[in-house]
Amino acid sequence: MHNLTIAELIKGLQSKEFTSVELTQHFLDRIDSLNPAYNAVITVTAEQALKAAAAADQRLAAGDAPDLCGVPILHKDIFCTDGVRTSCGSKMLDNFIPPYNATVVENFEQAGAVVLGKTNMDEFAMGSSNETSFYGPVKNPWATDSVPGGSSGGSAAAVAARLAPGATATDTGGSIRQPAALCGVSGIKPTYGRVSRWGMIAFASSLDQGGPMARTAEDCALLLNCMASYDDKDSTCIDREVPDYTADLNSSVKGLRIGVPKEYFSEGLHAGTEQAVRAALAKLEEQGAELVEISLPNSALSVPAYYVIAPAEASANLSRFDGSRYGYRCEDPKDLQDMYCRSRAEGFGEEVQRRILIGTYCLSAGYYDAYYGKSQQVRQLIQQDFVSAFEKVDLIMGPTCPSPAFKFGSKGDDPVAMYLEDIYTIATNLAGLPGMSIPCGMVEDKPVGLQIIGNYFDEALILNAAHQYQQITEWHDLAPAGVAS
Amino acid sequence: MSWDTVIGLEIHVQLATKTKIFSGASTAYGAEPNTQACAIDLAMPGTLPVLNKQAVNYAIMFGLAIDAEIGQVSAFERKNYFYPDLPKGYQTTQLEKPIVGRGNVEIQLADGSTKNVRIHHAHLEEDAGKSLHEGNFSSKFSGIDLNRAGTPLIEIVSEPDMNNAEEAIAFAKKIHSIVTSLGICDGEMSQGSMRFDVNVSVKPSGTDILGTRTETKNLNSFKFMEEAIKREVERQIDVIEDGGAIVQETRLYNGETKVARSMRSKEEANDYRYFPCPDLLPVIVSDEQVAELRRNLPELPDARQARFTQQYNLSDYDAGILSSDAAMAKYFEAAASTCSDAKLAANWTIGELSARLNSEDLSITNSPVSAQQLAGLITRIADNSISGKMAKEVFEGIWAGEGSADEIIEARGLKQVSDSGALEQMVADVLAANQTMVDDYINTDEAKRKKKLGGFMGQIMKASKGQANPQQVNQILAKKLNELL
Repeated sequence: MHNLTIAELIKGLQSKEFTSVELTQHFLDRIDSLNPAYNAVITVTAEQALKAAAAADQRLAAGDAPDLCGVPILHKDIFCTDGVRTSCGSKMLDNFIPPYNATVVENFEQAGAVVLGKTNMDEFAMGSSNETSFYGPVKNPWATDSVPGGSSGGSAAAVAARLAPGATATDTGGSIRQPAALCGVSGIKPTYGRVSRWGMIAFASSLDQGGPMARTAEDCALLLNCMASYDDKDSTCIDREVPDYTADLNSSVKGLRIGVPKEYFSEGLHAGTEQAVRAALAKLEEQGAELVEISLPNSALSVPAYYVIAPAEASANLSRFDGSRYGYRCEDPKDLQDMYCRSRAEGFGEEVQRRILIGTYCLSAGYYDAYYGKSQQVRQLIQQDFVSAFEKVDLIMGPTCPSPAFKFGSKGDDPVAMYLEDIYTIATNLAGLPGMSIPCGMVEDKPVGLQIIGNYFDEALILNAAHQYQQITEWHDLAPAGVAS
Repeated sequence: MSWDTVIGLEIHVQLATKTKIFSGASTAYGAEPNTQACAIDLAMPGTLPVLNKQAVNYAIMFGLAIDAEIGQVSAFERKNYFYPDLPKGYQTTQLEKPIVGRGNVEIQLADGSTKNVRIHHAHLEEDAGKSLHEGNFSSKFSGIDLNRAGTPLIEIVSEPDMNNAEEAIAFAKKIHSIVTSLGICDGEMSQGSMRFDVNVSVKPSGTDILGTRTETKNLNSFKFMEEAIKREVERQIDVIEDGGAIVQETRLYNGETKVARSMRSKEEANDYRYFPCPDLLPVIVSDEQVAELRRNLPELPDARQARFTQQYNLSDYDAGILSSDAAMAKYFEAAASTCSDAKLAANWTIGELSARLNSEDLSITNSPVSAQQLAGLITRIADNSISGKMAKEVFEGIWAGEGSADEIIEARGLKQVSDSGALEQMVADVLAANQTMVDDYINTDEAKRKKKLGGFMGQIMKASKGQANPQQVNQILAKKLNELL
């Protein structure tokens, strides 16, 4: 059952080939036996899952159940789950049990999806390798000595290892697409404002966006149908009808104009990755798509701008973790100052502290204009690059990240090398555009991701192109050794 | 050497919205600590603010009342600092783009002159919670009450246009009068609904260069504010005349102990690291919205004062007092419209009622004597049913909850005797019974006779058990005694 896609599981459930309880138990068993090798899941909610599965079976029996009714999924541990620990990968929130659901969690609950548990992640979503998690790193199912990417590494690895057919994730600078690429799964970051941020613990509010991960584009479409909604609890959520993302999956790519930014194929790109991505583009060309070389001239500025804006917002967003109302509090504080300082020094990991310091510095009197102000200007330039590009093309494609999964510890001492991991993904966050990664090859026995960037609210077109590619390729069907059987 | 004083005010006005500025929690005053703080107010992870539209409308109404520019686009920023009563670690406020721009407020001074005070701007922000350092807490702990956290405020910032405490108080009272007349603030100073920060500096008389200023924060009564200003002016002059220099600092004044102290110097001031709040969209104010609010703007104090002098034939002074407080104006009008004598209604509202309310520390909205009850009393004074002395007794009865004026007059047998036949008989009886006094009156010089009348009056009032109409008795007595001469 674990090799079936969500689309296939829905058919199986609705035709009563198997029950949700059977399906749920199957995945719980897999988590039980396989997860210790990957550390992708950090909280398993077996009891609630089986209860939800039983309820889903009743709804299915009564007929007229929503698509995802009875389908097991995992939530990234950044989404608040009522009554279930939501740690955000941090010691700071190791003891935090929210009394409310994130809107995303609520949407899946309404649809009758079954939540198996919560996935591991970089602490507060800050990282590209999952090495910053308080719960230890996630291992890439394709090569357990290598990183799964981050910050949604747990969700990506869990889907790759067939611990769940789909999972929720979030993307602030590439945190859905990069781990999806490194773990050989499909993942889409929608347009900013498409998915509610209510109950999604903030890293950088103007960049954070939730999205789904699954093995296929079709499954991503099914999950996004449920995940996307207008939510009046999130002022930045956009009041716009959610289309059926599966409706256009089968449209032909004939005549589709695909922009290929020359800046995405320059120095620093692994030759194998480039080859795989170019081959994927050629495949689409064979199907009638038109490749157009384009330029995104300000691409090089995206990483420096991002590493001012995201830490600046994070430095304020993370101020609430002060040890006074919830979360970690140091032992025997001497006074208020001591409680603040030690709770935060002991509760936050090194990377989180680094970013808080960077952000605080960038916003300080005398530095604001040079850093934060300038970065906002850069952000506008980058957005303008895309606006101009989308006057000429329908989609933009290129590599998701510069190289396949790297080994643990290989970038640990060099934060800047780690930040460059997101060089191709960050610009879409700065512009608020939707972007996706799908598997498009193997290099050194590790997956390579093809990134597909669309215009605002063109998720359906992205998913359509991805689905069409997956109809003529089998990269998305590959499974890491020992996982498929 | 003589000195000029320069004063500017920052006034925090709590807006009378039912719910908080960014959450649905109640703003009602006086609830058990932390019972009116929801997940948003507590800054729980993943929660997001949603702007209260009524707070925006109230701020615009204030802007219209002071003839200010209304910001078509205003924006919220985060002001970052750590404090236990600030759950998010930042205050959401406005800085670069406030909702209300430059405006003007005219104040009236005791000598009858008027003065214009310029408003620099007014912005929307959230209130903080309260730290409780006394009561049930041991020396190691402080209590935090977050009921107030997130209460909407407008902060009104004046130009330094005031030159003494009288002007500052007149300005503060005028703002109080405007916001209560608009109905955007309940004006309850003792509950912290309005709080004043006073910026004070002195300079040699006639010179142009402003001296170094200090800011005395959080004054919550006109009386304390006046004391604080006077003391600060004296202190600054003393310091300078002793050869010292004023240090720019924030000060606190304790109204109970009459002691002022330094809270922090400029060097110790926080770097607040303001930046635009990414969780909130810019506030767009349409021309239609402004026009609608302008159309429905309640009567403002100046207009009301003019109307009172005309409609009720009141003096400028009485009309000024009655119109300055919206609740008092409403009370007066209710009383005046149900009795025949507006002048008496004004006198009683300003005199007996206000004095009694002050002595019991009650606001007029909580007056034990309703406007209808006061009108009933005034009707009986006006139709000569009761004397002024009786009226005071009846007023006390109404205050004590004994019923309406008529009920009390009836119950206590206070009806004034105004029947001239009965009074003639009463006077005749007293004169007959006091022949010695009558002889004495006749034998006294004409110039001194008037003094002797009091003795007869006393006897007559005693005989009538205080119920004789004194004016009538006076006339009858004078007539009868003259006949004997």
